[in-house]
Amino acid sequence: MAVIEVRDLHKRYGDTVAVDDVSLTVEEGEIFGILGPNGAGKTTTVECIEGVRAADRGSISVLGLDPMRDRQELTRVLGAQLQEGQIPERLQVAEALELYSSFYPSPADWRSLMADLDLTSKARTRYGKLSGGQKQRLSIALALIGNPKVAILDELTTGLDPQARRDTWALIKRVRENGTTIVLVTHFMEEAERLCDRLALIDAGRVVTVDTPQGLIARVGGEKTSLEDAFIQLTRKGLS
Amino acid sequence: MIWRLVKTETTLSLRDKVGPLWGVGLPLVLLVVLGNVPSLREPDPALGGLTLFDLYVPVLVLFNLAMLALVAVPTVLAGYRENGVLRRLRTTPIGPARVLAAQLVANLGIAVVATIVFLGTARLAFGVGLPQPGFLVAWILVAAAMLAIGLLITALAPGRPQATAIGTVLYFPLMFFAGLWVPISQMPPTLRDIAHVTPLGAGMQAFEAAYAGGFPAAQPLLVLTAYAVVCAAAAIRFFRWS
Repeated sequence: MAVIEVRDLHKRYGDTVAVDDVSLTVEEGEIFGILGPNGAGKTTTVECIEGVRAADRGSISVLGLDPMRDRQELTRVLGAQLQEGQIPERLQVAEALELYSSFYPSPADWRSLMADLDLTSKARTRYGKLSGGQKQRLSIALALIGNPKVAILDELTTGLDPQARRDTWALIKRVRENGTTIVLVTHFMEEAERLCDRLALIDAGRVVTVDTPQGLIARVGGEKTSLEDAFIQLTRKGLS
Repeated sequence: MIWRLVKTETTLSLRDKVGPLWGVGLPLVLLVVLGNVPSLREPDPALGGLTLFDLYVPVLVLFNLAMLALVAVPTVLAGYRENGVLRRLRTTPIGPARVLAAQLVANLGIAVVATIVFLGTARLAFGVGLPQPGFLVAWILVAAAMLAIGLLITALAPGRPQATAIGTVLYFPLMFFAGLWVPISQMPPTLRDIAHVTPLGAGMQAFEAAYAGGFPAAQPLLVLTAYAVVCAAAAIRFFRWS
């Protein structure tokens, strides 16, 4: 069953076309990656799905809901990690988690989520005093705290050290096993390859292709092809 | 749900230094200092038998409301907008509007406590009589007018530093017309007329009436209501969430 259906999405900012024509379908229970060079329109696409940005054209359905028209309903079942979007500087980690969990009808246990993201020792630390990686982990926790049916994570592990990155991948896999559909915007080939069931490659506001990581590699061919080779060939953003 | 937000916003406002220090601590210190100036505590027939110090008590109540509503609230809310706090909340069932409301309620709560402390200190330490119940009506209207102005500042300011600057710059003339430096009754007639159409001057006019033992006249109450309604409508019209 399709959880997210995007058709002919188009969005421009002034003269710049951010999303030219994006259509994609995310199936229930999968980890779906959105991959693409900087400025390809990845973030704009997921922001339209989350309902924080209005599309100029096209239709979006998330669990049968329209992100703009049914936003109130959508917020209960969709967890979002935004690239820009914070919590107050003076709010402590535990306070933020407890507060956000009170927003949702059946939230996850914020204490175990805090432990999962290795933030327990920072429970009484103010958001403004956290390191970049700690802020990132808190924003992942806040995206998952409502026990969402769909979680959209924009730049999931940017700023995390290798250990935290692996721990986060393990957490995302556990969350998926509990039935949450996950959309991941990423720059990291290793992350895409290890975590995602399918990938949409977006370039210049268009979907270049949608395939499994292995499928993408096979398209480009060659024995030693990596996902990164495939990425560069398919988006043609090399210096040549 | 909303009460947890109010509790959080209150905690955050107390951790912030602007409200507690400049909005509550400073006027309280002023109250105690002025209360110890003998010349301010002589009954003046021109003031209907009240002392100048008696009239400084409501001026300091206005000091508190103005500092919270003009500086603390716009700084916090414009900061929330600038840092994406409101944007983040848009993706939750609670939405950003309730956080705005919680911030206003939190500051109202701090103002209520401050007013009680000011009036109580003036009564117990310096024997200043409590105002008539009309004071309460005037207080609610002043609070509504000032918070509406604070929201309008938040709506119009491009960012957090500008919100703080606009609030601070507005604060001084508005407090002047409340009689912080020269009591309204001692101002030249032209200034006095201007004072009566400013929100804090009208507030002071209403407070004075309540201290003199009567109910505030309709005019200052209408001036305050007009500020509250017009500024709130303009704030809603121009508010940006991100």
